[in-house]
Amino acid sequence: MAVQPILRLPDERLKQISEPVAAFDSELRSRVAGLEETRLAGPAAVGIAAPQTGWFQRVVILDVSSKKGIAHHGHLVLVNPEIVHWEGYEIGREGCLSVPDYTGNVIRATRIRLLAQDLDGEPRELEMEGFEARAAQHEIDHLDGLLFVDRVVSRRTDLFRRKVYRAGGAGDDRQPT
Amino acid sequence: MLTLVGEDRPGIVAAVTRALFDAGCHLGEASMIRLGGNFTIMLMVRDARPAIGLEEALAPVAADLGLRCHIDPVSGGPHRHLVPNIQVRVVGADRAGIVAEVTEALAATGFNILELESDVCGDPDQPVYIMHIQGCSTEPIEDLTEALAGLRQRGISVEISPVETLIG
Repeated sequence: MAVQPILRLPDERLKQISEPVAAFDSELRSRVAGLEETRLAGPAAVGIAAPQTGWFQRVVILDVSSKKGIAHHGHLVLVNPEIVHWEGYEIGREGCLSVPDYTGNVIRATRIRLLAQDLDGEPRELEMEGFEARAAQHEIDHLDGLLFVDRVVSRRTDLFRRKVYRAGGAGDDRQPT
Repeated sequence: MLTLVGEDRPGIVAAVTRALFDAGCHLGEASMIRLGGNFTIMLMVRDARPAIGLEEALAPVAADLGLRCHIDPVSGGPHRHLVPNIQVRVVGADRAGIVAEVTEALAATGFNILELESDVCGDPDQPVYIMHIQGCSTEPIEDLTEALAGLRQRGISVEISPVETLIG
């Protein structure tokens, strides 16, 4: 499959809830290959979800390996992914292929555990943290018809949570008292 | 660029934007925030008429709500937004000169400030100044940290961290 056009806001189809994948066949592989081509064709996206290309099934691709010094699982194709555990939260800046030229702050869980299937339908369980966990939550949101703009928080909100206290030499998670 | 400032009260945004809409204006990017008991509006407005017409259209609502109005003709169509890659958080006992000292040190590195928010909070007898800057820099974090090292020695807590923007 060739590079697919990306649906962009305000396309109502982005709000559609995607259906689970039932058939793990050659058509699925072909469509995933097209989805990956589409991800790589645009601006440096660390993930893409099938519905962004008008394919309304629960498939996402993640690859945050371009970010140096972070924990990740490399290139992942997640079929029917489901987050089963959330832990912690932090604010981070996100943008989206479907929302060009806009970025905003979004609160996401810091650590997640998710269940998914691979292209052969084999079950996988993955623990993710930080940037990769954020990417997974962003992409899985697409499967439920949610965009990051639905979760953007006020820029000033960030003032209330000063997470990193490196200058003081304390741990990363020390909270203001 | 339309600037409006007045004592804060409910209904300012509704009244102003209704007057602008009724006058045929199209609104763009805006910053609206309460600062020290005042409500402040900076708003990009597209209007075919000269600025004087816009001022006249706003005059009744400005008079009614006690708003001071200022208009600067600017060019401003759709543009590519700059995305910040660095954030700087500053906390210190409130005193004159903190902003100048921090931003001069940043400017010397070529840092481009896209956004600056600050608050004075804490005990009225011992006020604390908190400032949050986001901007663009091509310098490594270590160099920015070094550039601001002198401020830490003067009792100002400065924390510099990358802003990672996830595109998905």
